[in-house]
Amino acid sequence: MREGVVSAALLGALLAFGLGAWALGEVFFVNLAARVACVALAGAGLNLALGFGGMVSFGHAAFFGLGGYAAGIAATHAFDGGAFAGVLPGTTSMPVVWLAAMLAAGLAALPIGLISLRTQGVYFIMITLAFAQMIFYFAISFPAYGGEDGLPIYLRSELPLVDASDPLDFFLVSFALLVAVLLGCRTVLAARFGAALALARLNPVRLATAGIAPLPVLLAAFVASAMIAGLAGALFAELNGFVSPAMLSWHRSGEIMVIVILGGVGRLAGPVAGAMLFVALETVIGGWTQYWQGWLGLILLGVVLFARGGLIGALAGPVRHG
Amino acid sequence: MAEPVLAVSGLRKSFGALAATDGVDLALRDGEILALIGPNGAGKSTLIAQIAGTLAPDAGRVTLAGRDLAGMSVAARARAGLGRTFQVSSLAMPLSARANVRIAVQARAPRRFGVLRPVARDAALNAPAEAALARVGLGPARWALPVASLSHGERRRVELAAALAARPRLLLLDEPMAGLGADGTAAMADLLEALRAEVPILLVEHDMSAVFRLADRIAVLVAGRIIATGAPDAIRADAAVQQAYLGVDA
Ligand SMILES: Nc1ncnc2c1ncn2[C@@H]1O[C@H](COP(=O)(O)OP(=O)(O)OP(=O)(O)O)[C@@H](O)[C@H]1O
Ligand SMILES: [Mg+2]
Repeated sequence: MREGVVSAALLGALLAFGLGAWALGEVFFVNLAARVACVALAGAGLNLALGFGGMVSFGHAAFFGLGGYAAGIAATHAFDGGAFAGVLPGTTSMPVVWLAAMLAAGLAALPIGLISLRTQGVYFIMITLAFAQMIFYFAISFPAYGGEDGLPIYLRSELPLVDASDPLDFFLVSFALLVAVLLGCRTVLAARFGAALALARLNPVRLATAGIAPLPVLLAAFVASAMIAGLAGALFAELNGFVSPAMLSWHRSGEIMVIVILGGVGRLAGPVAGAMLFVALETVIGGWTQYWQGWLGLILLGVVLFARGGLIGALAGPVRHG
Repeated sequence: MAEPVLAVSGLRKSFGALAATDGVDLALRDGEILALIGPNGAGKSTLIAQIAGTLAPDAGRVTLAGRDLAGMSVAARARAGLGRTFQVSSLAMPLSARANVRIAVQARAPRRFGVLRPVARDAALNAPAEAALARVGLGPARWALPVASLSHGERRRVELAAALAARPRLLLLDEPMAGLGADGTAAMADLLEALRAEVPILLVEHDMSAVFRLADRIAVLVAGRIIATGAPDAIRADAAVQQAYLGVDA
């Protein structure tokens, strides 16, 4: 139960930060809070694969970036009246953009997962990285959607009842999606699917002996994980008004993984804690020195060596299993 | 005579030059405990692994109640009715005893991958899991404990409970008495004795007193071949068996 309290407190703090910044008229900090929400959402996606499924994917930027490109391409064609692959028109509807982003990420994750899951350990890490790099280089060399320069998003897509171009509204929408995804993950993980996934991670031999093949369970979690990362990517691209191959790069995969590890692998709100710390460091230390990632590295080293449960582990103690 | 529950015929498996299973034939009928004995490295676990689907044989056939298991995965065979325990317990250590057994009930449930209802409060899963744990003699006080904190003997019981909870057609038990001590061995033997009428058992075991107490028939495996099969008394008297195995052990 204590982990639930810590998770709620973290989300409450993020909400309070965004609202407080808005009350003080600090748009920069409202956007910063939205950035934390987007990055935490990407981390929540990876955490489903890495933390709950034991699949150490070093390629989640691919799904994050595909979500971003889905948003960028939808906005581009809504603007120029063209169509993706000659058939899919653009859209300014935010839910449609979200759906497109999740589908794009999920469709890519299906074959990537199917192939990668034939391997284990360091090979799994490398093969997911390799797939992500393929998509990265494709985005760089494919000129139709900006190539190396990326794609601007002039107008954010629209959602009924909210003004997505308003920083506060956009933060609240991102925050609401983050909370919804975390609650959804909590429900699914506590249910039968989650029980099978826990066994697939802890002892696949036991799961198979019980009568459930581990592979389809892991693959489903991998695809769901990618879809969440894709959704996060779409939000992130709209937040920045821009999508470029950088969103697909292996640095980005590393960052998402760092966020999960900082916060606590396999802890539901771990990515929230990790994203808060990451964005805070990026902003504060990044303001003093461009070598802030060196400091990040030191902190990561400390977490891995001394606090294996990450921030959530330090705040809420070890995982408790049912 | 009725069709055997388990029939193994012409099974072969080599690891390089080593013939670990060298033309094995076996049949196991309802109401029967068949003990498979043999010296270390004879190929007993390898044979179990091929029946259970962990290891693919080079040649031969395994049928369960007349159904050919060729090409079926471990999970599919388990669902077809194979219950198995391992020579070295294979459980999810951080999870509770109940969770380790519950997954076997879940595998047979109509909705195996529900995403809404929490398993912790799912009576359709917990009741059979708890009944199986009680059946193997593990009390309610131990159900919620992580398997890692249970004793070796308790873990063997949890594994057996997981196998039973799936309502198997056949049990494959690889040295269930190993490391249990005298009291534990006797209790496990009582338990298996009580199971005989319910589910046929292929019992791999080194403890000869347990084997002679429980087995209806004994098959002796040496270097991948079955050198004798028969009633316990016949096996005890068999000269080849005494030389190959019992003489060494006793
Ligand atoms: N995966 C493998 N690769 C190579 N050799 C193997 C493999 N598995 C088993 N063996 C060899 O096959 C032979 C049979 O092993 P197995 O484990 O089946 O024996 P066992 O009868 O179960 O012995 P024990 O009583 O010690 O458990 C042994 O010589 C073993 O070294
Ligand atoms: Mg063995």
